[in-house]
Amino acid sequence: MDIKLTAKSINKKDRVSSETWNYKNTSFMLFKILFTISGFIIAIAVNILFPQKADVEFVTYYLNVGKYSIGFNMNSAYIVVLIALILIYGSSGIVSIFKKERRKLYSKNAAFRFFLGIALLVWDIGGTKLQFFAQPFFPGPAQIIEAYLADGSYIVQNTLYSLRLYAAGFSLGVLMGVGTGILIGWFPKVYYWVFPVLKITGVVPAVAWMPFALTLLPTSFSAAVFLIVICAWFQIAFLTAQGIQSTPRQSYEAARVLGGGQINQIVHVAIPHAMPDIFTGIGSANAMAFTTLVMSEMLGQPGGLGYYINQSKVWSAYYKVLAAIVIMAVLFSFINFLIGLIRKRVLRWQEGVIKV
Amino acid sequence: MKSSISIRHVRRIYKDSDGNMVEALKNVSLDIKPGEFISIIGPSGCGKTTLLRLIAGLDKPQEGKLYIDDAPITGADPSRGYVFQQGSLFPWLSVRNNIAYGLKARRLYHKKKENISNYIDLVGLKGFEKSFPHQISGGMAQRVAIARALINEPKALLLDEPMGALDSFTRADLQDKILQLWKRDGTTMVLVTHDIDEAIYLSDRIVIMTPRPGKISKIIEVDLPRPRQRGSVAFLEMRRQILEFFELAQANPQPEYNI
Repeated sequence: MDIKLTAKSINKKDRVSSETWNYKNTSFMLFKILFTISGFIIAIAVNILFPQKADVEFVTYYLNVGKYSIGFNMNSAYIVVLIALILIYGSSGIVSIFKKERRKLYSKNAAFRFFLGIALLVWDIGGTKLQFFAQPFFPGPAQIIEAYLADGSYIVQNTLYSLRLYAAGFSLGVLMGVGTGILIGWFPKVYYWVFPVLKITGVVPAVAWMPFALTLLPTSFSAAVFLIVICAWFQIAFLTAQGIQSTPRQSYEAARVLGGGQINQIVHVAIPHAMPDIFTGIGSANAMAFTTLVMSEMLGQPGGLGYYINQSKVWSAYYKVLAAIVIMAVLFSFINFLIGLIRKRVLRWQEGVIKV
Repeated sequence: MKSSISIRHVRRIYKDSDGNMVEALKNVSLDIKPGEFISIIGPSGCGKTTLLRLIAGLDKPQEGKLYIDDAPITGADPSRGYVFQQGSLFPWLSVRNNIAYGLKARRLYHKKKENISNYIDLVGLKGFEKSFPHQISGGMAQRVAIARALINEPKALLLDEPMGALDSFTRADLQDKILQLWKRDGTTMVLVTHDIDEAIYLSDRIVIMTPRPGKISKIIEVDLPRPRQRGSVAFLEMRRQILEFFELAQANPQPEYNI
């Protein structure tokens, strides 16, 4: 078995070294850049050259830039987006020629980005040009972009509403969750009285409390904040308490012999020890907070992306529904990315111990 | 800057994992002079760590009293430094911040922060200030643990097998470091170990403990001149004596050793 393993690892090494040789070449990188953007170039060509067979209405929207007014229909907007993608990927490719450490990642992503262009092309034909996808459920990429042209400021307004709701609810939930978790984890009495309640109510999806929230709280905004707080609170409190309780006794003793009092032990021993668990809690609570956010917007908010989806659905404007979904994907990924950054900074002492 | 420690008729019982009552210490008395280097040796289960924890104030006896400079010990105190066997550094703090912990906890950081780099130099960890505990070796980690205790300028340093998990080269190196610090500050030292050579090499007196129930069986005065030679005849003779004592003590091994 040992011999087999060695043989395998040598093989793998060989493969890696031949790859290294490849992306050390500038001409190889130029080829990769071309490969990356060619998908989008083909997509533009298809959008311009492919005949529009299906019956689609092209409305021209005027955007005011300073004193100029520029007219867009959905196809030209779609082409602008494709050109933007070409510029972004092209320039990051050129940057990677000069920054050697980025070459490997860039050439690894080339195939995926190429097929992204091809997928857009197929989608364009299936959703807009020939419309062999079921309509109106699966409109083409250009139509989704049209939603931004038609509803731009309204979508922004709803996005901001969602963000405000999320920020208020989630930050409050994190604060309360960490606070409760510390109390439960530190004081056995609090654990005894509060933990069972937390355990039972914690499994109930937060939206189940909506009838109470909507009736008892003064505004629908505060009702939604309450629901997000609930879903973040339980999850984070649970994991924080676990992290505090699993602190080795020796860490507390080390603090005691060095002159650390009780407050010091909580702040400088228990909480840092619980930090990895707290972030696990924040991560899963975050996913639940997104769900709760959108659901509560769909069921009883005067704004937000969930509200926008609901409203568009009533008019069968599925391209607007998809437009809102795209924004959610981007926005929530960005929030996850931010949380990941904070986590990496706070838990930088773990680097090398645990593969994050 | 040194403390006397006296232990008077101390008894400590605890429940083991099977629920049996174990007498870890039975009627233990010991006087440690200021500035003395004492080693406590004995097989596992003889209560040596329990005794050290009582001196530290991490634990309380059921009977008897412990005094430090004639004042009863009521709890842990930074004037008695404690170095754990291993893994007691805070993994989330850098080497420097681990050492600074005591100053911060006692609100002396701004007053005494220049001392931190002195102690980092003293234990030979210059250049590793920003490393985290998992990034340094076991020997270095124990040196951090010692520096962390010393920053509080303790009057007594309690060492619980601080070299137990180290390889023999690192161990000899750290032993010399500890001797050097002891000579410099004259701090009272209490070292728990299971290494007979280490005990002879370092201490003024060796306290031999035996288990079931844990008690002090013999105290040996080590009157070898310093610096001591590990290979000298007198050293080996003392070692032979101690080994002989343990063989006699274990002439009738307990049946629980049988498998």
